[in-house]
Amino acid sequence: MSDTKAITDTRGFGRKMADLDKTAVAPFLALAALFILGALVNPNFLSVDNLLNVLTRSSFIAIIAVGATFVISAGGLDLSVGSMAALVAGIMILFLNSGAVDGDMAMLAAGVVVAIGVGAFAGLLNGAVITIGKIEPFIVTLGTMAIFRSVTVWLADGGSIAMKSIAMRNMFRPMYTGVFLGLPIPVWIIIAAGALGAFILYKTSFGRHVIAVGSNEDVARYSGIHVNRVRAMTYILQGICVAIAVVVYVPRLGAATTTTGMLWELQAITAVVIGGTALRGGVGRIWGTICGAFMLEVVGNIMVLSNIVSEYLIGAVQGTIIIIAMLVQRTLQKKKA
Amino acid sequence: MSVAPASPNVIDTPIPVLEARGIAKAFGPVEVLTDITLSVMPGEVHAIIGENGAGKSTLMKLLSGHLAPTRGTVAIDGEPVTFSGPVDAEHRGLVLVHQEILLAPDLTVAQNIFMGRELKRGLMVNDREMNRQSAEAVRSLGAEIDPTTQIARLSIARRQLVQIARALQVPHRVVIFDEPTASLTPFETEALLKVIRDLRDKGVAVLYISHRLPEVGAIADRITVLRDGKLIATRSAAELQPVDMARLMVGRDMSQLYPEREDTATRQNVLDVKNFDVPAYARDCSFTLRKGEILGFAGLIGAGRTELFEGLVGLRTAHGEIKLNGKPVKFHNVRDSMAAGIVYLSEDRKGKGLLLAQDLRTNLTLATLEKFTRGPLIERKREDKSLDKAITDFDIRARRRDLLAGQLSGGNQQKLLLAKMMLLEPGIVIIDEPTRGIDIGTKEQIYRFIADLAKAGKSVVVISSEMQELIGICHRILVMRSSRIVGEVTGEAMTENEIVVYATGVKINEAELYSAGNA
Repeated sequence: MSDTKAITDTRGFGRKMADLDKTAVAPFLALAALFILGALVNPNFLSVDNLLNVLTRSSFIAIIAVGATFVISAGGLDLSVGSMAALVAGIMILFLNSGAVDGDMAMLAAGVVVAIGVGAFAGLLNGAVITIGKIEPFIVTLGTMAIFRSVTVWLADGGSIAMKSIAMRNMFRPMYTGVFLGLPIPVWIIIAAGALGAFILYKTSFGRHVIAVGSNEDVARYSGIHVNRVRAMTYILQGICVAIAVVVYVPRLGAATTTTGMLWELQAITAVVIGGTALRGGVGRIWGTICGAFMLEVVGNIMVLSNIVSEYLIGAVQGTIIIIAMLVQRTLQKKKA
Repeated sequence: MSVAPASPNVIDTPIPVLEARGIAKAFGPVEVLTDITLSVMPGEVHAIIGENGAGKSTLMKLLSGHLAPTRGTVAIDGEPVTFSGPVDAEHRGLVLVHQEILLAPDLTVAQNIFMGRELKRGLMVNDREMNRQSAEAVRSLGAEIDPTTQIARLSIARRQLVQIARALQVPHRVVIFDEPTASLTPFETEALLKVIRDLRDKGVAVLYISHRLPEVGAIADRITVLRDGKLIATRSAAELQPVDMARLMVGRDMSQLYPEREDTATRQNVLDVKNFDVPAYARDCSFTLRKGEILGFAGLIGAGRTELFEGLVGLRTAHGEIKLNGKPVKFHNVRDSMAAGIVYLSEDRKGKGLLLAQDLRTNLTLATLEKFTRGPLIERKREDKSLDKAITDFDIRARRRDLLAGQLSGGNQQKLLLAKMMLLEPGIVIIDEPTRGIDIGTKEQIYRFIADLAKAGKSVVVISSEMQELIGICHRILVMRSSRIVGEVTGEAMTENEIVVYATGVKINEAELYSAGNA
């Protein structure tokens, strides 16, 4: 209103604290609250081993959710990530079983490349149909969710697809169980995915364009941004993230089943939303997302440790969390306005 | 908290139907409105004028229950009241006609007019009756609109009329109009002013906010001027000429609103457009633009001016011949035209120009990010430097640098949009409605800026619905009507009369007769 005064930078520390975006801090506060709750429920909860274990198990969702942060920040949505993970895992294992490359190590490396290629292609498919076909992302990815799942079931002949070579299994297992510099490998991959995601989203012009497209597609177009290209790229990034998650997932069981990745879309979107990213686009928070994925697994862990609520109800609890997170986000935003 | 004793400007006996008694409003530590005391009588039109950011809209929100005052009271019929919200205010007969269009685009005119208070027959909605009453309500505003038309199919101006019809369906004693003519053409404005006069003659009190000073002079009984959240003066309209109003609003003399023009008649053409079509919007348009020229595009809303230029720069499908400095060019998308040095600034600043939820820096560099990157990395320091320069060069006034674009006033948003597009270093600048919703002080700056661009050898196209402004700043004016360029006015012939003749296809005298016959 009275913005007629000259600009003076009068930001002291107190001002900076007041400026701190509450939606950015909220997930970390919630995580702290969960830690206190967990410690009260079971003294073992706060042990380093338990926490690292929980963090490791959150890795699939965390990695996928980094990609989902891009999609959602750009105003899109991808419901197909769970079935896409199953499909990528299935194709990757079939490839590993094919013996197309000599040497187990080279085979595994080629398998990773294949997985990433399939993930990127599946993402491109989503992105292309959404942008060229001008169809709501909700509908397109609902469709591909069914397609990916169904193709996986068909490939597995209704059962499961398992890695045949025991030697290769043993060689691949450390990808999930291994420890490097005191941290489990999956945790390193979360950190790497987060750091790379944050770099792309916050520091590069592509990231800026993602936020612009999610903020207002028309403004982006009138500013000369290739809106479709940016949107399609976010789905490709999402596909690559799914593939990386699969590379961490496959060594755990050495198999893909018809239920692999079930409800991962719910968990990934929940992680993004409780992390403070706006579902309508225009705001993306990578570290919040990772915190959100961790929180989901912490909640499950507390449920297992406490026996207050049956762990079979974990889906119900996660469903409740996403709704509460939306309510909190909305209240914080209202206060800001 | 002590409240200063109220001193309403009562014209003796009658009790004002609505009064503000020393009301103030603060958002956080910032007081945006300070001790405003004013009143409106039954059968009176009281205009509130002031620059953007002067606090007019806040005042209207306080008076209509959308906001609660931090200090002071609102009184109806002399009795202090506290509104629980806008609905409460409506129940007391206070109706606010919003500046923005708040209608459901997929519903019909009648469905919108009766939304939330549908007429029923038994369990069913009574569409026939609602349609009949809607047609009547719209007709009483001087327009004929089929009540079963979808809102999305109506022009902005007609939507505005529907919105007014909807507001007036509520029993009303005070009607507050917040810049109702911002998107109306002169004819539509005249029709609306007649509606307001009718309301006044029926004893309704009207509060009227507008930027358009001549129109305020024509309609108001009393005028209150706000500046920087303070009440500067309340005068009888008879005492105030538009020039005086402008002086009071800005706090300085405004005699030289339009800058000088250079003669460009002999310069070479930089842009030749031939037989240009934008399907459904522009047909067979041909024109030229000279170096250093300011070329105006006039016409009624919906004549196709905006779409012609959106097509020209590659934002819409279009066909036709474009020659830039004599060479034929083809723009497949807006990046192509930007690369060729042509930029288009949308009339829809909030919807297509700026990311309202992002900060100034993000907005400034959005179209030119590649100039601020090294490798894949954005260099924030260079962005900040560029923002510093833009703030100085364009006189963007923001309380803080980390404000969001949506928190700027309309004028400062326009300056930010200008700064953003100028980073593309264009040779041809197309500005659509450069001063819409902008206060007079900023208008002057924008005119000067446009003139400076032309002096620096760039060519400017100005699309505007404000004929005075086109006449004031342009070298030539082309007029569009129903998708075609129908006329050109230059030099001495640049008068509102000439433009209106082309824009409407009707001689102005006939138009005057028409509106006089209706009055």
